[in-house]
Amino acid sequence: MALPQSHQDTSFRAWLEAPIPSSTLQARAQQLWIGWWRIRHNPSALFGLGVILLMVLAAVLAPLLATHDIYAQNLANRLSPPSSAHWLGTDELGRDIYSRLIHGSRITLYIAGLTALIAAPVGILVGTTAGYLGGWVDTVLMRIVDIFLAFPSLVLALAFVAALGPGIQNAIIAISLASWPPIARLARAETLSIRKSDYIAAIHLQGASSWRIIVSHIMPMCIPSVVVRITLNMASIILTAAGLGFLGLGAQPPSPEWGAMLSTGRQFMLNSWWIAAIPGCAILLASLAFNLFGDGLRDILDPRHG
Amino acid sequence: MERISHLLHPSVEIGGVMTDSSARSTSASRPGAVLAVPGWAWSSVKAILSTVITLFGLVALTFFIGRLLPLDPVVAVLGDNISQAAYDAMYRQLGLDQPLLIQFLDYLRGVLVLDFGTALTTGRPVIDDITRVFPATLELATVAIIIGTGLGIPAGVFSAMYRGSWIDHIVRVVGLVGYSAPNFWLGLMGLVLFYATLGWIGGPGRINMIHEFDLIRVTGFYLVDTALAGQWVAFRNVFGHIILPASILGLGALAFISRMTRSFMIEQLSQEYVITARVKGLSWARTVWIHAFRNIAVQVLTVVVLSYAFLLEGAVLTETVFAWPGFGRYLTNALLAGDMNAVVGCTLLIGIIFVVLNLLCDLLYRIVDPRTR
Repeated sequence: MALPQSHQDTSFRAWLEAPIPSSTLQARAQQLWIGWWRIRHNPSALFGLGVILLMVLAAVLAPLLATHDIYAQNLANRLSPPSSAHWLGTDELGRDIYSRLIHGSRITLYIAGLTALIAAPVGILVGTTAGYLGGWVDTVLMRIVDIFLAFPSLVLALAFVAALGPGIQNAIIAISLASWPPIARLARAETLSIRKSDYIAAIHLQGASSWRIIVSHIMPMCIPSVVVRITLNMASIILTAAGLGFLGLGAQPPSPEWGAMLSTGRQFMLNSWWIAAIPGCAILLASLAFNLFGDGLRDILDPRHG
Repeated sequence: MERISHLLHPSVEIGGVMTDSSARSTSASRPGAVLAVPGWAWSSVKAILSTVITLFGLVALTFFIGRLLPLDPVVAVLGDNISQAAYDAMYRQLGLDQPLLIQFLDYLRGVLVLDFGTALTTGRPVIDDITRVFPATLELATVAIIIGTGLGIPAGVFSAMYRGSWIDHIVRVVGLVGYSAPNFWLGLMGLVLFYATLGWIGGPGRINMIHEFDLIRVTGFYLVDTALAGQWVAFRNVFGHIILPASILGLGALAFISRMTRSFMIEQLSQEYVITARVKGLSWARTVWIHAFRNIAVQVLTVVVLSYAFLLEGAVLTETVFAWPGFGRYLTNALLAGDMNAVVGCTLLIGIIFVVLNLLCDLLYRIVDPRTR
């Protein structure tokens, strides 16, 4: 089904909007293009995406964007309100809050990203294996998932951190341990809905092993809904990480983690509102962005639940 | 709260254990049919059995968490400046010389009689500590759920009734903030604004010291106790203390309840009976509140029960901010002190409350809603 040469050559946009794709690459590019088109027409998702990109940018360019050394104390200038020298004011040790906030986005994205990278593959693997194999494998795996789901995620993370000791790495392990079960359950539900399809039966008849079917034919089908769930989970991961930092169980001072900044700033907040208000706004904005973008993604990738 | 959304659509979203058990119940109800046991009773028994297995898993998981501790448990109890003889004696007393399986069985036996060991921080049995602090949390959570339900259900219904209107947008924004805002931060900001600046409310704690001495503790719920004793000044004081933390906790519940109610209601309003009712001349309000609402009542009740369970999670941070002498603050202090007996006891208790509430919801569905039978 080759398109007329003239049509193909007009422009990149025409190539993206061609009614019938002529190659796999074009089909994939068109998918992305349609996705982008839908996001562009969804203001809240666009806002979410914008904030996330800003955060990523801030994290990548932190040393360039920061105006002060984030650990340099200046006790003569402590608790000074926002001004032209210190755009968001200074904290109880005279450190520049703006610079610390920018560097803090690195820690937040590091925790959220690494948690997603740990929790998503584990969840997908457990969920698809349980769903495809069924039987006692399913019973045992899903029972384990149920047990983990029986705790609110923050409480479970708290218990693990208490046992492992405070710190960013342990916080990541703890939050990951608390966030894989919902993904496993989702992946299992997706698997159950496709395991009886004809294409799976066809591959099975061709002699593919269970492992091959799970990895190359079932897992890809679970990706869209898992991506949506992970994006939405990022919001709660950020809140949990900030909560751990606030309780003194996550990132430790003098690290510029937002929850930890809030925790050390709380003694001074009655006279210096900015010291507690600003890191909190950052947490709210980050979590809101992932929630909005996740909702938008769900509408695009997963129309059934829209 | 994303974690539990799968529990709310037993037939649609989970495809998980619940769907399975209800699917299996068709075949499983055959032996029940012989014994003239209704299908829902049979499947309820199965649900209870599976909950018991989950509870056993909870105990095993908490036992495992308790054993993860990198710190030597003997040193945790006695400190590191002790003689070898004292160390050995405590080592045996804690049962650490026994095989792991025996240790686990001991732990299990303790859990069955609600014995979680002694809290290192207070020197009292963990269960005594928990029963002492729990009423404070329960009171806070109850006021929070009243706020969350009282506002959340009407908000959800109205935003479904007037989709796309300004009501819908406001409910959506409030819901988003409720989902996204760190509640400990809202608590701090609330204290700065309403306590320190405006002076509208009482500060941290449950009650001012001056009233605390006169308080006659009957139920442990200060609002009820002061009302029973007719101490209205103290009642107002307690109310001033509880209203802000409860509102902030309730905001999370409100977000969840209104969002779920809205989507349940939208689903109902697309049904044909709604059109029939309208064609017959019923008012829009009557159609929604009398006809459609009755069909979502059980689902909404489930959401309320589940968000009640989730208030326990929110309480951990909120209580820390408001110096609320409850369960969450006790857990936080135990965490910071490395008091694993107390941490494990609290974690297990929250898990048990969670599982039992889930079971209640499940049973409620089976008994009340004929469609799930």
